[in-house]
Amino acid sequence: METMTIDAKGMHYTPLNRMIREAVASGVKDIVIDNVLGQRFIANGLRGDVRITINGVPGGDLGMFMSGPECIVRGDCEHAPGNTMDNGTIVIHGSAGDAVAHSMRGGRVFVRGNIGYRGGIHMKEYSQKRPVLVIGGTSHAFLGEYMAGGIILVLGIGHETTLEDRGIGSGIHGGEIIIRGDVEDRLLGVGARKVRFTDEDLKRLSPLIKEFCERIEVDPVPFMDTNYTRIVPASSRPFAGKYTWE
Amino acid sequence: MCGIIGVIDRTKARMDGSSIKRALSLMNERGSGEGAGYVAYGIYPDYPDCYAIHVFFDNLIEPKSKVDEVLQKWGRIVHQEEIPTYEQPGLKKEHVPWRYFYKPYTDFIVGSNNPAEDIVKHLVMAVNSTIPGALIFSSGINLGVFKAAGWPEDVADFYRIEDYKGYIWLAHNRYPTNTPGWWGGAHPFNLLDWAVVHNGEITSYGTNKRYVESNGYKCTMSTDTEVVAYLFDLLGRRHGLPSEMVVEALAPHFWDEIDRMPEKEQKLQRTLRLTYGPALMNGPFAIVVATSKGIVGFTDRIKLRPLVVGENGSRLYISSEEAAIRVMDPEVNTIYMPRAGEPVVGRVVQ
Repeated sequence: METMTIDAKGMHYTPLNRMIREAVASGVKDIVIDNVLGQRFIANGLRGDVRITINGVPGGDLGMFMSGPECIVRGDCEHAPGNTMDNGTIVIHGSAGDAVAHSMRGGRVFVRGNIGYRGGIHMKEYSQKRPVLVIGGTSHAFLGEYMAGGIILVLGIGHETTLEDRGIGSGIHGGEIIIRGDVEDRLLGVGARKVRFTDEDLKRLSPLIKEFCERIEVDPVPFMDTNYTRIVPASSRPFAGKYTWE
Repeated sequence: MCGIIGVIDRTKARMDGSSIKRALSLMNERGSGEGAGYVAYGIYPDYPDCYAIHVFFDNLIEPKSKVDEVLQKWGRIVHQEEIPTYEQPGLKKEHVPWRYFYKPYTDFIVGSNNPAEDIVKHLVMAVNSTIPGALIFSSGINLGVFKAAGWPEDVADFYRIEDYKGYIWLAHNRYPTNTPGWWGGAHPFNLLDWAVVHNGEITSYGTNKRYVESNGYKCTMSTDTEVVAYLFDLLGRRHGLPSEMVVEALAPHFWDEIDRMPEKEQKLQRTLRLTYGPALMNGPFAIVVATSKGIVGFTDRIKLRPLVVGENGSRLYISSEEAAIRVMDPEVNTIYMPRAGEPVVGRVVQ
C-alpha cells in the first residue's frame, strides 16, 4: 500500500486539501499529515478508500460531507468534526470542541476524550444510514440537541458521573442517546425521556462498544453490562404547539 | 462570527506583539477583513502615571484643535505625538491615530472617589459625542489599543505591534454582521482600565444601552460591544464589584440553578439578578475583558460561541480556537473548555 506523508506546517487548507485529493485520485491509500495546526475543512467532501492520519490539531469542520475515508486524529479537534458527514470514520484520540458530528447523516465519529456543547446536534438517519457518535469521556450541555436519528453513546471514562451538563436531547425527535450510569432527570432537555437500558439494547450495542474500546485501546469488558441510561424522544414533534396552533 | 484571543503573563513578564499577531491571523476565517485590533497592557512604562489617550482624527486641523482645547482645560498634556504607522498595501488609512499622555487636574470636580478617572471618562464621552472627526478609542494608564479596518496581519503591521511589549494582550478579528465595519467599530473597545474583545451579538443591546446611558455613558461607536466596556466600568469600577461578580451579573445563573444553591448564595444571586436586571446580556457571546490587574473570559449561558482556555506556567490563554493558543505557545500543557457562563480569571501576582 502506497503511503504519502505531507508536512502541513504553516500550510493553508486549500493547497493541503488539493494535495489530499490528488493523492487519493492517484490511488494512494494511506496519507499521513504532520504538523497540522488549525487547518480547516480537511478531507471535506472526500470520497474513496483512504486512511488519513492527522498529527496535530486540525481546524473546524474536519471531514465535512466526507463519504468513505477514515481520518485518525492524533490530537484534539476544534468545532464540528464530522459535520454532515455521509460515510466513513473519524477517530479523535484527544478531545473536541462544540457541535461534534453536527447534522451527521452516516458513518462513525469516535472521540477518546471529551466534547464541547451541542455534540450530535441534528444528527439524522434514513433507511440504512444510521450515524454513530461515541464519546469516551464526557460532554457539555445540549448533547443531541434537535436530534433526528442515529446513536450517541457516552462512556464517561475517568468521570465519576458521566454527564453533569443540562439539556440532554433538547428537542430530540428521533434516534437515541445512551449514557453510562444514571442521568439526573433535571438534566433532560425538552422532549427527551429516559427509558430502561435492557439486555436487548446491550446485545444490539455491544459490537459498537467493543469496536470503540479497541480503537482507543481500552478494555471493553467493564462496559459490557446494562448500567446505562437510554434517552429517547418523548414524541416525534416536541415543539408541535410552540410556533403554530393546531 | 469573530475570532478572539487573550493572554496574560501573571508575573508581568512582557511579550511583544508578534506571537499574538500569528495567533489572530490563524483565525483569519473568522473575520472578513473589515476590522482587527490589539490591546496591550504595560506598553508605556515611561509614562507610568499618565492616561494614554489614543484618538482617531479625520484630519489634524479642526478636530485636533478642539480636542487639544478640551484636554488642556481639564488637565496637562505631558506629551503628544502621532502613533507611528507603516503603510500597508491592503489597508486604507482612513484616520490619523494620535496619542496624548495626559494628567487631569483632579481638584476640578467634587463628589468623586476617583476624580482623575471620572474626568477622563467625561472627556471620552464629551469628545466622542460632540467633536466631529475625533474619536477617543483608548484611554487607560500604561495600555494602548491599536485597531483599524483590515485583516489581522495588515493591522498588526500597520502599527508594528511587535514593537510594543505588554504583559496582557487581547486581540480580535472582526466579521461585522449587524453594523458596518469601520475603524471605531473594530475591537478591542476600551474605557480607562477596561478593554473588551467580543465574538457574537448582544441582542439585549437596547436595554443595556439605556441602562448605561442613564448612568452617564454615551454609546457612539455604532456597535454592541461598546456597551460591554461601559457595563464593566459601571459595575466593576464605580460599583466596586469583583470581576467574577460582574460576570455573574451580566451572564447570571438560570433561576433553576439558583434554586439549588445554598441559601446564602441564593440570596446573593437573586439580589444580583434583581439589582442588575437591565445589565443582563442576552444573545450569543464569548468575551474576554482585561484590566491592568488581570483578564476574565466568559460566554453566554447556553454557550453559543466558542471559548478555549490554555495554561503554561505563568501564562493563561483564552481563545476562540485551540490552534490559535498552540501557535502562540507550542509548549502549552493544559487545554480545556470552560462551562458556559463560568468566568475564567487570570490575575497578576504581585
